[in-house]
Amino acid sequence: MIDVVDVSRRYEGDQAALDHLSLHVAEGECLALLGPSGSGKSTLLNLIAGLDRPTEGTVTVGGTRVDRLGEAAAARYRRATIGLVFQFFNLLDDLTVADNVLLPAQIAGAPAARSRQRARELLETLGIDRHADAYPGRLSGGERQRVAVARALMNRPPLLLADEPTGALDTASGAEVRKLLVDLHADGQTIVLVTHDEALATTVATRTVRLVDGQVTA
Amino acid sequence: MSAIRTVVRGAQRRRVSTIVIVAATTMAVTATVLAGLLLAASSAPFDNAFARQHGAHLTALFDSAKTTKAQAAATAAQAKESIGPFPVATATPKQDPENPPIPPLTVVGRADPGADPIDKVTLLAGRWARTTGEIVVARTNLMIPPGIVLHLTNGSTLKVVGEARSISRTAQGWVTPDEAAALGQTGWQMLYRYADASSATAMTAHRTALGPAAQAQSWLDVRNDAAHRTQLYVPLLSSFGLLGLALAALVIGNVTAGTIASATRRIGVLKALGLTPSQVVRACLAQALIPGLIGAVLGIVVGDLLAVPLTADVADLFGTVPLSVTPWVDAIAIVAAVLVIGATAAPAAYRAAKLRTVDALAVGRTPHNGRGRVAARLAARTRLPRPLSLGLAQPFTRPARLLAMLVTIGLGAAAATFAIGLTLSLRQVQAAHDAPDTSADVLVAPDRPGADDPRAVIAATPGTGQFYGRGPADITVTGLRDAAQGTVTSGDARWAGYAMLAGRWYTAPGEAVVSTGFLTATGMHLGDTVTGAGHRPLTLVGEVFDGSANNHLYTDVASLSAAGAQPFLEWYVKLQPGTDRTAYIEALRSKNVYAEATRTEGVDGTLLVLDSLTALLTGLLVSVAGLGVLNAVVLESRDRVHDIGVHKSVGMTPKQTAAMVVASVGLPGLIGGAVGVPAGYLLHRWALPAMAHGAGIRLPQTTIDVYAPALLAVLALAGLVLAAAGALLPAGWAARTRTAVALRTE
Repeated sequence: MIDVVDVSRRYEGDQAALDHLSLHVAEGECLALLGPSGSGKSTLLNLIAGLDRPTEGTVTVGGTRVDRLGEAAAARYRRATIGLVFQFFNLLDDLTVADNVLLPAQIAGAPAARSRQRARELLETLGIDRHADAYPGRLSGGERQRVAVARALMNRPPLLLADEPTGALDTASGAEVRKLLVDLHADGQTIVLVTHDEALATTVATRTVRLVDGQVTA
Repeated sequence: MSAIRTVVRGAQRRRVSTIVIVAATTMAVTATVLAGLLLAASSAPFDNAFARQHGAHLTALFDSAKTTKAQAAATAAQAKESIGPFPVATATPKQDPENPPIPPLTVVGRADPGADPIDKVTLLAGRWARTTGEIVVARTNLMIPPGIVLHLTNGSTLKVVGEARSISRTAQGWVTPDEAAALGQTGWQMLYRYADASSATAMTAHRTALGPAAQAQSWLDVRNDAAHRTQLYVPLLSSFGLLGLALAALVIGNVTAGTIASATRRIGVLKALGLTPSQVVRACLAQALIPGLIGAVLGIVVGDLLAVPLTADVADLFGTVPLSVTPWVDAIAIVAAVLVIGATAAPAAYRAAKLRTVDALAVGRTPHNGRGRVAARLAARTRLPRPLSLGLAQPFTRPARLLAMLVTIGLGAAAATFAIGLTLSLRQVQAAHDAPDTSADVLVAPDRPGADDPRAVIAATPGTGQFYGRGPADITVTGLRDAAQGTVTSGDARWAGYAMLAGRWYTAPGEAVVSTGFLTATGMHLGDTVTGAGHRPLTLVGEVFDGSANNHLYTDVASLSAAGAQPFLEWYVKLQPGTDRTAYIEALRSKNVYAEATRTEGVDGTLLVLDSLTALLTGLLVSVAGLGVLNAVVLESRDRVHDIGVHKSVGMTPKQTAAMVVASVGLPGLIGGAVGVPAGYLLHRWALPAMAHGAGIRLPQTTIDVYAPALLAVLALAGLVLAAAGALLPAGWAARTRTAVALRTE
C-alpha cells in the first residue's frame, strides 16, 4: 500500500527532518509511528498525505508516486485515497457537524443525495448523529475528534492517516477515540498513526516503528 | 521600546500584507493629491490664473495710422502699471482645401511674452519665437501644433514654434517685433493694470479715458466669457474630487483597522511577556503609521507626477494655465492621511490594549463567535459547487469588513457609472449642438454678400430634397442694452434638427424661438412678444437648445423689416435618398453656385480633454477601489489561512481554492454594484443639470437620459468585475499556499 524509499526532507538551514528513511506499509495494516518531538513523525505523515514533498527519495501510495504530484493532482489524490485526522481536529467552526463531514464529498463533486446518506451513516456509526446540526465549538474534545474521523472517512479512503489523534483529549475521550480506531482497523481500514502515546500504539497498531532524528531506529 | 519594535517588526514579516497596505495608501494618497488639485483648480480658475499671469485689466489696440507709438505710450500715465506699446499685425493664412480653415490671426510683436511684468504669457508647448518667420500661437480650439508652417496670403511663411496661453486673451499669436513689422503693422497694443478694476463702471471709465482711437477689451468681459466654460465643469471635477477623497479615507481606514486586527495574536504573546496596555497602543499606532507614512510619501510623489497631465487637461478645459505642483495640497494630503490612519488606528489599538491576554492568545484557535453561520448554512443548501458556496458565505463572518468592502465597491461602481454617463451626455450635447449643421448634406455658400440668390438653382438641381437658408442678424430687443444674437432662416427649417426645450419651432413670420440665455436675460416667457427696431413684433413660441448661454433669437427672415440690411444667408440642403452627394455638388458648381459637403467638425477639443480627464480620474478611483478590495481579501485570506489548509487537506484543488476566494467577493461585488450604479446614476442626474444651470443653459432631456437599460445592467456587473479583479491576487496566493504550511499557521 505504502512504499517510502530512501526519503529525506530538509528545511532551509536546518538539520534533516527525515534522513534517508525507507518504510513499507501493507494493505489492511495499522502502523504506529512513535518517537519524541522533532523526530520526523509528522513530516513523514505529511509526505504520505501529499501535503509536502521529500527533498530526496520516493513516496508511493497505492501505485501513485505521491512525491511527483503537483498541487492539483495531490488534492485529487487526497480526495480519493487519504483520510486525515489531526490532533486539534481542524474542523471548520462556521459549519455544522453535518456540513463538516460532508465537505470532502462536496469538494469532490459527489452526488448530493448519496453524500448525505453516507454522512448520516457515519454520524450514526460514530455515535454523534444527535449533534449533526450543532457547531463543533459546542462539542467535547472526543466528540469533535469523532466528527474529524467521520469527515476523514467520508470519501471511503483506502488509507487513514491520524496525527496524534488523542493528543488533545482527556483520558475518557482518548479511550473513545482509541476504540474507534480499533473498530475501524478491524473492519479492514489501513491506518498510519502518529503518536507519543505508547498505550494507543500498543492497543491499536499491528506494528510500531520508532523514529529518532528522522531515521527508523526500531 | 524594544517590545514595540518587536510588534512593528511583525509587519516586516507579513510581506504581502505590508506591500498591500503601502500600495493602498499610495493610491489613496495619490487620489487625495489629485482630488485636492482638482478642487483647487476648480476654485475660481480664471481669477487664480489671472493673478498668476498678472493679467491685463485692459487690453487696448491703437490704430497705427491714427496714433503714434509715443501717443500710445503716453497713455501709460493713466494706469497703475502698464506695458507696451507692442506692434500688432494680422497674419492671414492661405486656405488649404484639404485642411480645416484657419482664420486671420491677430499677432503681437513681443520679444519675451513670458517675462513681461503684465500678461506673463504661459508657454504650453515648444518655445518662444526667436527670429522672423516664427510664431507662437495661442492655444484655442483651432489646435495648431508646433511644427506646422503657415503659408500666408502675402506670400511669406510662419513656422509655428510653440503654443501659449494668455489668460487675458491679448493675442492669437506672438511673433518677434521685427516679424510684426514685416507682416505689416496695423496697430499698437498697450496692456494696463489699474488700482480699481473691480467693476464694470470703473472699467468703462478707464476705457473712455483712453479716447476714441483705442479699441479696448476689459478683463471683466474675458472673465464673464470664461465663466461659462468653467461653470460647466466645476461640479464635475468637484464630484470627482469628493469621490476620490471619500474612497481614499475609506481605504486607508480599512487598511489600518485590518492591520491592527491581524496583529492581535502577536500582541497577545507580547502581553503575556509583559507588554503594558500603553505600550500596546503605541505599538499598534506605530505599526499602522509606518507603512501608512511610506505609502503616503510614495502617494505624494506619484500624485505630483500625475498632476502634470491632469492639471494640463484641467487648464485646457478651463482655458487657463496649468497649476504647478502645490506644496500645500501635498502637505494637506499627508496630514489628512496621518489623521485618518490615527483616527482609525486609535480605537483598534485601544481595543487591542483592552483585550485580555488569554483572549488575544486564543485568536485563531478558538471557535468563531458565531457570526456568519446562517449565511454558511444557507450557502451549503445551494446547488452551487461547494468551493463557491463556501466563498459566498465567508464575508458574513466579519460584518464590519464586509460593510467597508461594500462601500468601497459601491463608490468604485458609482464613479464608473457617473463618468460613463457624463461622457455620453457630453457627446449628446455635442450632437445636439452640431445637429443643425450635420442634418444637412450640402452647404451652398455664396462667396459674397449680394451674390445671386441660389434658390432657383438649388430647386432645379436633380436630387434636391429640402433646403432652407440661414444667416446671422442682430435683433434689437426693447429693454436690452445690446442687440441679441439673431439667426434668421428662409424656408422651412423645422427639419434642421434644433433641439427644442419647450414649445415648438416657428412656422410663420412674426414668430420666434429663443435660447435659455435670452429668456434669462430678458425675463420673458414663451407667449410673450419681443419688440424692437428693424423687425416686426415677434411672439416667442419655443425655447431652443443652442449649446451656449448666449442671448440667441431665431426667426424667419421675413420677420425683418424690408428696409433694413438684409442678412447674408447660406443654404442647407438635404438630398433625396440615393443621391450622389459629390455629383450633386459638381452639378451646382457647374452652374457657378459654390457648394460643399457639410462640415463635420470632428471631435471637439474640449470633449477630448474631458474624455481624457474622466478616463484618468475614473481609472484612479476604480484602482483605489480595487486595491481596497485587494487589501480586504488579503486580510481575510490571512485570517482564514488555516481554514484554507483544512480545505486543501480534504482535497480542495488550487483552482477550487482560487474560486472560493474570488467567490468570497461575489456578493459584495453584486450588492456594491447594485447600490453603486443607482448612486452614480442619481449623481449624474443631479450633476449634469447643475453643470448646465451653472453655465446658464438648460439641457435637452436626451442629453440626460443616456443610460440604456442594457448599459445599466452591464455597469451593475462592473461591481462584480471590480471585486473579482481585486480578489485575483490573493486568490492566487491562497491557491499556491502549501497545505502543510497553511495547517501550521495560527
